[in-house]
Amino acid sequence: MPDAPEDQAPQRPIPLRTNGDAGAATPLVATGTSLVPVPAADLEPDPAPDAHDPDVRMGDVDPWGRSERMREIARTVYDPLYRHWFRAEWEGLEHIPSEGGALLVANHAAAIPSDAPVIMHGIEQELERPVYGLAENMLRALPVIGTMWSRVGGVAANPENAYRLLHDDQRLVLVFPEGTKGTGKLYRDRYKLHRFGRGGFVEIAMKSGVPVVPIAVVGAEESMPIVWKSGRLAKLLNIPYFPVTANMLMFGPLGLVAYFPAKFKLRVLPPVHFDVPPDQERYSRSRVMDEADHIREMIQQALYDMLRTRRSVWFG
Amino acid sequence: MRVLVTGLGTFWGSRIAQELEARDDVEVVVGVDTHEPRMPLERTEFVRADSSYSILQRIVHATQVDTILHTHLIVDSTTISGRAMHEINVIGTMNLLAAAGSAGSPVRKIVVKSSTLVYGANFEDPYFFREDGTRTRGARTSIERSLLASEGFVRDFAEDNPHVLVTLLRFSNVLGDHMDTPFVRALRMPVIPEILGFDPRLQFVHEDDVVDALTYGATHDVPGVYNVAGDGVVTWSEVCRMVGKRRVPLPPVLTNFAAEPLRLMRVDLPHEMLALLRYGRGVDNSRFKRAGFRYGHTTAGAVDAFCRSMRLERAVGDSLPEYRYQQDVESFFRHSPAVVRD
Repeated sequence: MPDAPEDQAPQRPIPLRTNGDAGAATPLVATGTSLVPVPAADLEPDPAPDAHDPDVRMGDVDPWGRSERMREIARTVYDPLYRHWFRAEWEGLEHIPSEGGALLVANHAAAIPSDAPVIMHGIEQELERPVYGLAENMLRALPVIGTMWSRVGGVAANPENAYRLLHDDQRLVLVFPEGTKGTGKLYRDRYKLHRFGRGGFVEIAMKSGVPVVPIAVVGAEESMPIVWKSGRLAKLLNIPYFPVTANMLMFGPLGLVAYFPAKFKLRVLPPVHFDVPPDQERYSRSRVMDEADHIREMIQQALYDMLRTRRSVWFG
Repeated sequence: MRVLVTGLGTFWGSRIAQELEARDDVEVVVGVDTHEPRMPLERTEFVRADSSYSILQRIVHATQVDTILHTHLIVDSTTISGRAMHEINVIGTMNLLAAAGSAGSPVRKIVVKSSTLVYGANFEDPYFFREDGTRTRGARTSIERSLLASEGFVRDFAEDNPHVLVTLLRFSNVLGDHMDTPFVRALRMPVIPEILGFDPRLQFVHEDDVVDALTYGATHDVPGVYNVAGDGVVTWSEVCRMVGKRRVPLPPVLTNFAAEPLRLMRVDLPHEMLALLRYGRGVDNSRFKRAGFRYGHTTAGAVDAFCRSMRLERAVGDSLPEYRYQQDVESFFRHSPAVVRD
């Protein structure tokens, strides 16, 4: 289940101090968490590209575990669903930058989230830029599913991963700050945004020096609504929530995988730029929370606006 | 430069000694180990020590070495008992550093060969560990615990002795013609084990890059911790395809239990390797590059080089000649006035 990275203590990259001559007292990499802080060396600012072997690889799995071949297969399989079942409709796609990193932030819904594939597929089709979707670490521990998820662009929601994707690789990264609280909400709470974590996504965007692009999604809530959940069973199975969905009531066990054909509408809102220098060790808590609240409010208002003009759940 | 090499009898100790012998700026190479070197060495002096290096202080003072290359950290838990490993890794490192830090010690530089095993392998891990990153779970295997303990001594030593340059290199899985590691053994088997449903991202480093990295650390002033791994990552399935062998899946649950009968058949899959076959591990290798080191091989290149050497081996057999160290013969050639030296 997609989740925000802020459920872990933010790990800040520790700046490496440099030392002058070897004889002098050597400054240490000061960190209590480091395995072994020993004196830091004078480092060249930019690593020069290495002399590379000829490319001998047979596969195309990238450093993040994503395979464009697998992605292509997934696109082919998923496209009919995207076009004819959810009939996804976008507005404001021009707000997504065509180059450079950006953190895409969206509201999250459906017991088995239907919004992540729609957003990833849509942006990849329209902009031809890969999107990496951050999701719960736990997925990595699942055999088959974890591997498949990784091959089609899923990355464990870890602040370091997000920073590296956004800052070093300048990628588009999708995150759902509500996490499983968003997908686990009951039908009667639909389109009411939960807390946006602790604002970790804002901090990562600030640190990486990239904008946040908010996306409001209408339709996911009705594609697999939860009518009842069992806290006891969830605890027993050690999962975030144990839902009974309307889909299950209607289709029986098939309802585990069958979505209702709710009409998807997605609105990309203007990017939010933070006027702060990147790569700081930390950012003002209150500023981070303010920005997170502001972005949450932007999405919430956009959702209300879109719902006001929606005539039908199924036809938009 | 006067250099002391620990673990001279091991593959790495001998390789490094050979490398250092060839350099003009290295005056003296002294090697210690419990057993003789198995590779021909020309001017390296071999001293036999017990496994925990208790006589090291005397050697250091007597030879006035200024550089210590600590290559003797055990990183393969399959070939040695836990007790012996503890003795070598923890007590050995402790004695070594005590000798290097004793009053009037001539030592000014220490290079330690450690392993990325210290990061562990877990689903909560970042995809690329940086040198200042932490484990996400505590160490559960004795090999990881002993390496962490040794690194702890190295850290304390660096803090207490700011006049000594300490370089700690963490190597990822090494591939090469002459290696004997759990990964190499797995790849040499007729079929290769995997864990069903997992296809981890892995990194490898070529054995020549390991020797180069250690030499670089000894001959340059690069104090600090550095990850050493070839660029890029490969998945286990791709490694197997490059080697050209089929995979046999182990069950994803009770994996360790299922590996037990294999262990009886001398197919050793230690805990730390099973964790790698499940979650993989990536480390950020850019810091050592920023310190000026250049790799000869990428991760995929190291796998490819390994495949080629394996094909050659299949055709002509193991071409490495057996070498036997004989104390009296060696000392005759090195010290007898009868031998004409230029």
